[in-house]
Amino acid sequence: MSSNTQSWGSRVGLVLAMAGNAVGLGNFLRFPVQAVQNGGGAFMIPYLVSFLVLGIPLLWIEWASGRFGGTKGDHSAPFIMNSMGKRSYWKYLGVFGIFTNIAVAAYYTYIESWTFSYVFHSVAQTFTGMSQTEVAQFFSSYVDISQSTTGLPYEAIWFYILVLWLNTWILSKGLEGGIEKVAKIGMPLLIIFGAFLAVRAFMLGDSGASPGCVECDAMLGFNFLWNPQFDSLSNPNVWLAAAGQIFFTLSVGMGTIHCYAAYVKSKDDIALNSMAAGWMNGFVEIVLGGSIVIPIAVGYLGLDWVKENAGFAMAFQTMPFLFTKWGAVLGSVAGVMWFGLLFFAGITSSLAMGSPWVAFMQDEFKFSLKKSAWTFGLVTLAAGLPTVFFYQEGVFDQYDYWAGTVGLVFFALVEAILFAWIWGIDKGWEEINRGADIVLPKFYKPILKYVTPSILLVIFTMSLVTPKGNDWKSAFTNGWEFDSSSIIGQIQNVDITYNREAIADVFVAEVDGVADVQSTEDETKIRVVHPTGEATVYAWDAEDAQPVVSTGQTIRAGDQIATGSFVNPIFYKHLARGILVVLFAFISGMVYVAYRRRILAQN
Amino acid sequence: MMLVTDILVTVITVYFFVKVLRTPSKEEPDSFSHNDSE
Repeated sequence: MSSNTQSWGSRVGLVLAMAGNAVGLGNFLRFPVQAVQNGGGAFMIPYLVSFLVLGIPLLWIEWASGRFGGTKGDHSAPFIMNSMGKRSYWKYLGVFGIFTNIAVAAYYTYIESWTFSYVFHSVAQTFTGMSQTEVAQFFSSYVDISQSTTGLPYEAIWFYILVLWLNTWILSKGLEGGIEKVAKIGMPLLIIFGAFLAVRAFMLGDSGASPGCVECDAMLGFNFLWNPQFDSLSNPNVWLAAAGQIFFTLSVGMGTIHCYAAYVKSKDDIALNSMAAGWMNGFVEIVLGGSIVIPIAVGYLGLDWVKENAGFAMAFQTMPFLFTKWGAVLGSVAGVMWFGLLFFAGITSSLAMGSPWVAFMQDEFKFSLKKSAWTFGLVTLAAGLPTVFFYQEGVFDQYDYWAGTVGLVFFALVEAILFAWIWGIDKGWEEINRGADIVLPKFYKPILKYVTPSILLVIFTMSLVTPKGNDWKSAFTNGWEFDSSSIIGQIQNVDITYNREAIADVFVAEVDGVADVQSTEDETKIRVVHPTGEATVYAWDAEDAQPVVSTGQTIRAGDQIATGSFVNPIFYKHLARGILVVLFAFISGMVYVAYRRRILAQN
Repeated sequence: MMLVTDILVTVITVYFFVKVLRTPSKEEPDSFSHNDSE
């Protein structure tokens, strides 16, 4: 039985911590982009439907499973699931409820450290006087660990370690003294900062338009985001995108909700608490997230620019430039608020990601809170440093795909089946209703049993076999080619056509064009210039590569252009996947050891 | 569309949050330590 006797300080603290777990960078960066790409205002229809039939049921499943596990002294997914499904494999499926958190925290805390650093740069008015290109280049410099933007060597690494240390320190203070305190400060500040920026966006109008830019109007941005294109509702990809957004925004499928809820006694409510936290996330996403990035960017850069460039990178590469338009002081304040709210959104989520590991170590190995927190910090640092060192090489993206996307969907599917079919919907329904401070509509019982698991099965299956270009119609009629975003496509590395060996002694061109060899004593550089005038640039240390083509030579994709010793991008993909497999196996091993200790303790 | 959605979401969020604040605590021992001395 666990000696883990922590408790929440207050109900409001619990709700804010759960909301903080859900609210993250995606509320401000992913949602608006998904909305503009999937029908604008009409996206709200599939979004809200998905919230009702997928989001709320998953919240209740996870809160209820967690609270049930907590009554047995289990505060993390492996043994929570072990007590719900009697077969031995459930605890290993529950490993996802720890693995996903470590793997995601590994790179998520890196992003968090960017926001932390950018708060300081905003105070220091670093971006004042910079052009848009210079601001974007500043970010590229920041994530290039060999460069420094403050004079501090390896700056990105130091900030990353600092933020990880901060997470570890807060986790060591426990639920009430650490996580809850951060939530009670961070969440209100996040909302205040977000409201300030949203109001500023509303008031911006076309005052930021550069001469001649008729499309530079914040109102156009609002209209673009919210103008409903109802014909998009007949596109299944829009519904899939909405379901995906609900999924990621609520932080379900991770094991964090189970952990937080495991500290709630069975007579206390989870139904109302989960609704309060879930809707608070919705408020931050829809009302605040939908009112900041897109309108402000359109107000200065125009609709066409935003349509082409809207994405995650805007947070760091575009917004600082836009804030400088508001003058030195207001621009600095806006930057502090923007990166401050992203930091609070991030840290409340990363603390949640640390909690299942901390709880598991306390429950199973009787670690102290401090020791559990420190082991989380060290394991996450070890898993995360490759994402820092090899950011440009794609290690980060691999972690995000396998843990932050596939792992979530798979775990949610598994837990939904466990809850409704293995443990049983009658027990599950009773558990959700126990202590409830709201009346749950009875129609949710069949939704939990049939609708939610079915939707998850469809999402998972579609993610497994997504056809090229997401063109399902063509796939059925013309043959199935897997898209690089599909699980099978990823395993087959379909996005890599050439240079598919991890380490090779020849390098082939990946595009057609004309060679332009620009080698020096230190560097071998070959530009392949396309007919359009654009060029694909390949560069290596001179000692590693020698060109076998000459300037002016016509190159076809697949032609050898250099010999030497080449570490190709596919190497880093394999490295990332190997690390994730080792991490999963390591945690599974610890679950096995914990299981054996339980057997011994019983005998 | 934006106004309707924003107002709806805000009202629902405030409703649930205020309900959490106003619902009386369950009898001790409950899950929360702040009210343990009451």
